Amino acid sequence: MTELLKTQGLSKTFGGLAAVSGVDLSVDEGEIHCLIGPNGAGKSTLFKLIMGTYPPSGGSITFRGIDVTEERPYQRVKKGLSIKMQTPSIFKELPVRQNIHIALQHHVSKQDLSREEDRLLAMLELSAEATKAAGVLSHGQQQWLEIGMALALKPALLLMDEPTAGMSPEETFRTGELILKLNEGGTTILVVEHDMTFVRQIAQRVTVLHFGKVFARGSIAEILADPRVAEIYLGKTHEH
Amino acid sequence: MLRLINGPQTVGNGRVFWICFFGVLAAALAYPMFADSYDVGNFAYFLIWVFMALGLCLMWGYCGMLSFGQTFFFGIAGYSYGVLAINFGGGGMTVLALVLAIGLAALSAVVLGYFMIWGRVGGVFFGIVTLSATLVLAFFLGQTAGPEWRIGDARLNGFNGMKGMDPLNVPWFEGETIYFEGSSLYYLAIALILVVYLALRMLLNSRFGNVIVAIREDPQRAELLGYDVRKYQLITFVIGSALAGLSGVLYTSWGQFITPSSVGLPAAAMPIVWVAFSGRGDITATLVGSFLILVTFQAITVHSQQAALVLMGGMLLATVMIAPQGFVIGVARLIGRLFARRGAGGA
Repeated sequence: MTELLKTQGLSKTFGGLAAVSGVDLSVDEGEIHCLIGPNGAGKSTLFKLIMGTYPPSGGSITFRGIDVTEERPYQRVKKGLSIKMQTPSIFKELPVRQNIHIALQHHVSKQDLSREEDRLLAMLELSAEATKAAGVLSHGQQQWLEIGMALALKPALLLMDEPTAGMSPEETFRTGELILKLNEGGTTILVVEHDMTFVRQIAQRVTVLHFGKVFARGSIAEILADPRVAEIYLGKTHEH
Repeated sequence: MLRLINGPQTVGNGRVFWICFFGVLAAALAYPMFADSYDVGNFAYFLIWVFMALGLCLMWGYCGMLSFGQTFFFGIAGYSYGVLAINFGGGGMTVLALVLAIGLAALSAVVLGYFMIWGRVGGVFFGIVTLSATLVLAFFLGQTAGPEWRIGDARLNGFNGMKGMDPLNVPWFEGETIYFEGSSLYYLAIALILVVYLALRMLLNSRFGNVIVAIREDPQRAELLGYDVRKYQLITFVIGSALAGLSGVLYTSWGQFITPSSVGLPAAAMPIVWVAFSGRGDITATLVGSFLILVTFQAITVHSQQAALVLMGGMLLATVMIAPQGFVIGVARLIGRLFARRGAGGA
């Protein structure tokens, strides 16, 4: 497998607090890789470092073999990275269709724009809401809209920070199905998630973060079988 | 390109709107034939300020950058026009002075905007820095009374202001010259507003316009969609400031003088009042509202300046309380609802 993303010794400190500390992470092309860990483990901070919204305190980030550590977020996006944030980050005052349009417009030709918008809206089951302001959508729909905006960029690596937060079990399952379908289509996906049922549904490889450091890594079966992981994080969830 | 005149970022895209638009335009073109020259000159004066309001609407309403210092660029361009027109010897060279003066305003916007935007100055601090810039310029110009403060033949004259520059003029056939004063200035202002307004509509409904409204909504998300937010903010800032510069040049040409008071704090607050009152979310609302507020303000000032200020304050307060999206947009929506209700009742 080709290595798509690699972080080496990646660190971020806020004052005296080391939110991420010397993280070595490798994501292979074509896989679904899940990042798990208890609250405050540094998962979302690691995502922000990968996307460039936080500058690192140390270490490096390589994407498709190119060092992107010093690059700004928009430059990383142009290289093929895309993210769905933890809380819905959409343009709430603008219509749903315009949200998708803005995400599509810089790499889709004018004549293909509306067809591509329709395709994405149908995939996200938001066609009926296309003219509504994005802010009036339900929380789950807003999450899906943001996933659609991230997908519109046709990323090589899609980062998803808690994509099912606030979703009903049915919506969570459908999101899992969507992620699996995207992966089948060739998109590499890195997911931060708390819901272990969801992680079981999608994960091929799992990395566990604890206190900003890599605590364990392996297949989902290996992680679930690791008593140290159960102790720090999984607890009762492991017994499901 | 022309299809961009209508789109999601502009209110008024239907046939009824454009019929009304051309009706108003025809009335504006016919106005000097029926009004006396004093009133036409007055209307030209009101129209001169509209460019600054449109520029602020673009920056604040569409891109989310509240500049409290548009008069900085107004002053840079106004004084530059005066200096250049005097030193060029007036005549047809005043057109070159106009172009260069607006260019200088745009250049100063590039420099100031670069340091603010690349320095991550945002939100309320953007307003504070731009206000500081215009206050510094006002203080500087105020202390230029001495004879040593001259650029070539142009004396800055401190608080008394600079005067003696030619109004805008162009050589015409058979040795004649057209001076843009009175009704000719009025027609020039109408033509320029038409060009600027339609160009802004096309810009706002283009890919660029989509990006700047995205930046207003959520700059981080806009950047995470692959847009260099700083570049778009700087371009918007420069366009808005160049429009303030156009107002500055036309103002100096209109009165053939400019003083530091046109750059000071009360002057700096006025564009914000116009745009907030009109509705910063739409350029048509800003165009209509700014003109109306200027006409109303002067009509009341004739009787009492104090009363005008109090009434303006009251109107602004009422707008914020009753129609926070702006008076013109509020009225337009009310009319739209009434028509919709009548239509539903008739159906």
